[in-house]
Amino acid sequence: MAGENILETAKQAIKIARDKGAAEVAAAATRQREVAVVWREGKLEKITEATTRRLDLRLYVDGRYAAMATSDLRPEALGSFLENAIALTRTLSPDPFRSLPDPALYQGQAAADLQIEDPRYSAVTAVERRQKAQALEEAARAVKGSEAILSVTTGFSDTAAEVHRVHSNGFEGSRRTTNFSVYAETTVKDADGRRPEDYAEGSARFYADLPDVAVVGRGATERALGCVGAKKIASAVMPVVVDNRIADNLLHRLELALYGSALQQKRSFLDGKLGQPIGSAKLTVDDDPLLPRGLGSRLWDSEGIAAKRRPIFEGGVLQSYFIDTYYGKKLKATPTSANSTNYVWKLGDRDQAALIADLKQGVLITRFLGGNSNSTTGDFSFGIRGFAIRRGKLAEPIAEMNISGNHLDLWKRLSAVGNDPYPHSSSRTPTLVFDGLQLAGT
Amino acid sequence: MSHDPRIISRRLFVELGASTLAAASASSLLGCAGPALEKPTTAAVRPSADAARVTYFSRFGVGEAMIREALGTALSRGGDYADIFFQHRVSNSLQLEDGEVNRAYTQVQLGVGVRVVKGDQTGYGFTEELTAVALRRAAETAAAVADGPARAAPQSFRADVELPQRYPLKVPWDAVRPEQKLPILTGLNAAALKLDPRIKKVTVSFGDEATAILIVDSNGRMIEDLQPMTTLYASCVAEQNGRREQNGYNVAGRSGIDFYTPERVERVVREAVSRTTVLFDAVEAPAGEMPVVLAAGSSGILLHEAIGHGMEADFNRKNISIYADKIGKPIARPFVNIVDDAEYQSARGAINIDDEGNPAGVTRLVEKGVLTTYLHDSISAKHYRVKPTGNGRRESYQHPPLPRMRSTYMLPGPHKRDEIIASVKKGIFCNNFSNGEVAIGSGDFTFYVKNGFLIEDGKLTRPIKDVNIIGNGPKVLEQVDMVADDLVIDEGGWTCGKDGQGVPVSQGLPTVRVAAITVGGRAKKS
Repeated sequence: MAGENILETAKQAIKIARDKGAAEVAAAATRQREVAVVWREGKLEKITEATTRRLDLRLYVDGRYAAMATSDLRPEALGSFLENAIALTRTLSPDPFRSLPDPALYQGQAAADLQIEDPRYSAVTAVERRQKAQALEEAARAVKGSEAILSVTTGFSDTAAEVHRVHSNGFEGSRRTTNFSVYAETTVKDADGRRPEDYAEGSARFYADLPDVAVVGRGATERALGCVGAKKIASAVMPVVVDNRIADNLLHRLELALYGSALQQKRSFLDGKLGQPIGSAKLTVDDDPLLPRGLGSRLWDSEGIAAKRRPIFEGGVLQSYFIDTYYGKKLKATPTSANSTNYVWKLGDRDQAALIADLKQGVLITRFLGGNSNSTTGDFSFGIRGFAIRRGKLAEPIAEMNISGNHLDLWKRLSAVGNDPYPHSSSRTPTLVFDGLQLAGT
Repeated sequence: MSHDPRIISRRLFVELGASTLAAASASSLLGCAGPALEKPTTAAVRPSADAARVTYFSRFGVGEAMIREALGTALSRGGDYADIFFQHRVSNSLQLEDGEVNRAYTQVQLGVGVRVVKGDQTGYGFTEELTAVALRRAAETAAAVADGPARAAPQSFRADVELPQRYPLKVPWDAVRPEQKLPILTGLNAAALKLDPRIKKVTVSFGDEATAILIVDSNGRMIEDLQPMTTLYASCVAEQNGRREQNGYNVAGRSGIDFYTPERVERVVREAVSRTTVLFDAVEAPAGEMPVVLAAGSSGILLHEAIGHGMEADFNRKNISIYADKIGKPIARPFVNIVDDAEYQSARGAINIDDEGNPAGVTRLVEKGVLTTYLHDSISAKHYRVKPTGNGRRESYQHPPLPRMRSTYMLPGPHKRDEIIASVKKGIFCNNFSNGEVAIGSGDFTFYVKNGFLIEDGKLTRPIKDVNIIGNGPKVLEQVDMVADDLVIDEGGWTCGKDGQGVPVSQGLPTVRVAAITVGGRAKKS
């Protein structure tokens, strides 16, 4: 497979589809190599390695639309697959809103080197992968209080992907990316047979940008030990600090109401709110697809549209939605982009400890557990654990509790933003502080 | 990254899918249309070993010599055991939006995974190229987990396992034309709009799937299964006085097109509409600890999270489950019996055989309040020196198997539904859920309630919505103090996630009272 030209596969698929009656076609051929090493109790627990490939097609046939994906790229299988797919498409209702993007939107790609492919990728050896995983475990076990450890699992994984996108109305793009990640997870003893666990992680486009495994390993155990003795406290309304590592959960739930599909289908509490204040003045977030080495960076989106940085919230005011070509037509709006990439926040000037020092009482949330958010009404309710805050300091660990509210109220209560964007996720959320959220406990 | 097992309903899957579909060219949904491969005939065919060998291999366009060689390569570094898992899955989805069935999604997944096991260690490689070279490369990758002298691979294979028939189809999905499916979607749309003028938007998603698997292992076993699946999901948006609410209903099973009887489709319409419009009357759910009554049916999500995941033996082998030292101990009242069942006819969670080729039956997790057995795959069964329980499952050829649930439910108990509701002075009643999650080690778990009611003075009064419930597994099982005689296995399309792998599951519960658990609402507890 090494020599196989998957760009040619995409082009060939377009040719076959048009020969068989498709008016327009979008094809994306993807090949990805993945290696994952899991390490536990001083030895390899699991090793997985594979190269996967797939072809994604969007077919526009007689004013009708269907999307296909297959991993079976044998030429004879592809021909019969496309023939059946086109026949299926013809059984559907016509959809006047379906089309490839306006080719004008393909133009104007940034002339930037996004640095999303590590040239050193193929030099990373099997031995290095195991050594990283082993070093993570050793660091996790070297922490004071490690006699409480029941188990440490660590891992190293990486992917190298190439995607080639070709549209019958003129778009052609290729992108190569790499990703490396490390993690450590520690489980420790507690009273009543409970075995609290926590993790630490690192993720980067470049191998050299991975965090120090000693810090990651130690972080997992320290966090797990911090959970020992956690209890629920009384239900109350109080200030809530959300750890930068998990604050993206709240942002992503808000994002669900920003999609063109949600707006057009009347499932968005942000429908009709463009230009209106949704959050406090502290809420300023851009979507930036062009961030160098960003985990979500790209020059063109899933429709081939040239990527641009744009504000989503500015001083709390909603500036932009995520609208693709299809829902753009249905909504009579210009498409922006179908999805978010990297979020870039306007940061505060203080770290988490300083933000906590401001609070007489409250809680710090370090993990969410389940829960959900309703994109139609904005209501949300999430399980949490973390720490009580008293007189500006972290007090006892808390668990088995819940927060709830409504997004239209939540973001207006955003009272402070930290200076600490979390680098291991494309959301890059800083620590967030909200005034007066409902906590449920005893 | 997440290590917390979770479950989502078909509904949430669709909602998440809607936002991520275009993004990940990697997450396009479902599909139709077979490639140039031999078509499965019916699920019931069970040919003789020799004939089978030909049928089995030709489906994947491979030969016996190639498999023998791959197993030889897999064991070339001294693994204890190796297996090869072939899979061909064709998935189709039709979707209705704004009154028209105007989009279809089709996916074909064809590939093979090679696994080598050495003690508790696993090596895994897979490929989508069904050639001798690619298969050998996957086997070499998997072999690397071991480091010793080669072991011999089997020279011949036998297909002598007689599989049960838990999901026979009258007509396989690849013989069903789109024209037979379309009226189900359009009919459902028209009926929902007609039922209540407040309904403004209806979306319908219809899915069908045909999967063929072939497992060949280093013990010379050769097993094939054909696994159908279908799902139907209806979602409604309603408007009243400028307010909007959204909800839905879904059904799923390992069934054919005859699953969609007029009664079932009518029920989907009725439930999708009423679960949406009732939300206009909803009041804020309370915050804090209180009694919670779980309705018969999808409330089985409680078992999935509170005990099911914690009893998966890999977590216990690794000493990271709160249930790690509790086998043989009482953990609930004597009338509490919990099973994980592979046999439940045509259920979404039913399997004829697990993905390691082990027989799958009814596993008793809790018998008369006592923890009985974990859910095992081959690795954990060997570790604990017990027989595998047929819980080794995987999402696809891209993943090694893990201990997973199938259909998890509680057997009927001694109480009556009405008696249970009447026993609660102040509390809530929950009857519709979207998702749940558990932290294996601490035992804390949650499930999200989409529909419920306040219970005031022993009566269901005002509706509630969108509230998460959080508890601790063993503590909550102790708090289950009433179990009714009205067990319902939910017909919904649940997908369970663990280690990045989603597998279809079912769940059920009789009406149950939990004496005290934390409800994450916003109103003061009165």
